[in-house]
Amino acid sequence: MSAQPGWPLWEVFVRSRRGLSHTHVGSLHAPDWEMAVQNARDLYTRRGEGVSIWVVAANQIHASDPDEKGPLFDPPEDKVYRHPTFYKVPEDLKL
Amino acid sequence: MTALAQLELASAICDYSLRIGDDSLVLSHRLSEWVARAPEFEEDVALANLALDLLGQARTLLGYAGQGLGKSADDLAYWRDDRQYRNLLLVEQPNGDFAMTIVRHLFFSSYQLLLYQALAESKDTTLAGAAAKGAKEARYHRDHAAAWTQRLGDGTEESHKRMVRALTALWPFTAEMFEDDAITAELAEAGMAPLGSALKDDWHAFVQHTLVASTLEVPEAGFQRTGGRQGFHSEHLGHMLAEMQHLHRSHPDASW
Repeated sequence: MSAQPGWPLWEVFVRSRRGLSHTHVGSLHAPDWEMAVQNARDLYTRRGEGVSIWVVAANQIHASDPDEKGPLFDPPEDKVYRHPTFYKVPEDLKL
Repeated sequence: MTALAQLELASAICDYSLRIGDDSLVLSHRLSEWVARAPEFEEDVALANLALDLLGQARTLLGYAGQGLGKSADDLAYWRDDRQYRNLLLVEQPNGDFAMTIVRHLFFSSYQLLLYQALAESKDTTLAGAAAKGAKEARYHRDHAAAWTQRLGDGTEESHKRMVRALTALWPFTAEMFEDDAITAELAEAGMAPLGSALKDDWHAFVQHTLVASTLEVPEAGFQRTGGRQGFHSEHLGHMLAEMQHLHRSHPDASW
């Protein structure tokens, strides 16, 4: 049952009935994208979780480097003026 | 319609539901034999899903057949012997290797899709409802089997060789799907079910197209085995039923 070396890894994204965007739900092995969609249907939408599936070859995803976390994400933290919290919101405006 | 004719029609519908219900039940059990043994985890889950679809069809159809016989779907599944089963010989054939399972499923699901699409127009609303639901499932089953047929046929030398072997081994069980007899003739006349022979050309066209696209060939016509609809089965069904039925027969009133 181990994955054969020839079967690449695919990341699976499912759009739920209510949601507007596809959400990452997991990954699987499949010989090509068509089988990956079929396998994703069986693995991740068995109980009516979705109306649309995307599969993306895992090796086509480029990720940010965890070691770069500081430079990438810290700068906005200490600058309150980056956050739109200084506006008065009219009371009758529903957000 | 006379009362006698009505009784005969009801009996034909009951027999017919048994036939197609048994097809689904037997193939469901065969596919479930792959669980934890499939070549890949993903395909293990896929085959189990196909088995569950078929089991759902069997529950509906055997439940419907049982109404006329005063029996439950479980009674029919667990307390009939092979001579009383009415499934096609094709679906009881052993899983063999993965190629054999895929070819069997390609043959059956492409037939079942055509059958259910026609049956969805039946004047019998229960059969029509079950068929309309089942047609969606059959469509996916056919697509999955066709996708694997292509990949194995046009895959490696070994996979191609195994597909040729499976096609040759299972081809003799295909003519049975399109056989007509008194029951299908009566139901077709009444607008309740299609004739098997009416599905043959479309089935051949689809299978031929799929095989050619997979660098495979339709086997040459030869001897064809039939008899499942009359209860004359291959030796494999009895062994399968022994495993499927023994727990229920040993503990008849057990429940979850």
